[in-house]
Amino acid sequence: MARILDDIVLDDIIIRTCSRIMVPFIQLYSLYVLVHGHSSPGGGFQGGCIMAASFILLAVAFSIKMVKRRFTEAYHLAFCSLGVFIYAGTGMAALFFSGNFLDYSKFAHIVPVDPVMARYYGMALIELGVQISVMAAMVSIFFDLVTRGDHGEAPDWEDD
Amino acid sequence: MKKLPALLITIIAGALLLYSAGEFPPWGDLQQPASLHVSPRYIEKTLVETGVPNAVTSVLADYRGYDTMFETSVIFSAGVAVMMLLRGMRHGKNSR
Repeated sequence: MARILDDIVLDDIIIRTCSRIMVPFIQLYSLYVLVHGHSSPGGGFQGGCIMAASFILLAVAFSIKMVKRRFTEAYHLAFCSLGVFIYAGTGMAALFFSGNFLDYSKFAHIVPVDPVMARYYGMALIELGVQISVMAAMVSIFFDLVTRGDHGEAPDWEDD
Repeated sequence: MKKLPALLITIIAGALLLYSAGEFPPWGDLQQPASLHVSPRYIEKTLVETGVPNAVTSVLADYRGYDTMFETSVIFSAGVAVMMLLRGMRHGKNSR
């Protein structure tokens, strides 16, 4: 599929220009969905998928190589782990303030807010972790599945 | 002929499911067991206890935090598993 994309779509200046214009707005919208998950439908999973969609749009419109130059494979794995680490680390941090695991209200000891708002901000923090993890996992899975694992670098694809 | 037992099992299981569906409480029944246990507290105390107006977010990220943490771990595992299966194959003999 990547070969098809490279041959046909790579030359289309309309698609490339439109994607280039749209990608920042898609990413901004994914952050909007993330931070407004507290008061409207949305959150980490949805925002992460929208953010991943922006990278997938770039990969479809340009090429997988172009996206991998900006968002390399090591970062896929690093961000994927970082998201889970932020989530679990937020839960573990509550243990140090004599709270239960994932008891965000204990963060009121270190930030100048009352325990209710500490839970509010704790939720925002773990939603951020979910967003990072989902975004990296979706981009990584898309790249691996769509090119059967070689990211368009196999020798038999470079012959033609 | 091998498909006959499968057909029988499907029909029996479907009949049992349809039969048990008749015992469900009606839609929106406030007295059904699912609405009596913790739902009222989540609906009434979400804004007071967490400051989040969206009860879905507070249940997902606070009251059911363990659940969401391991959901995130599942996403992480899926990404790593796909990477190991497909990217790892590049160095083996199935390098296509």
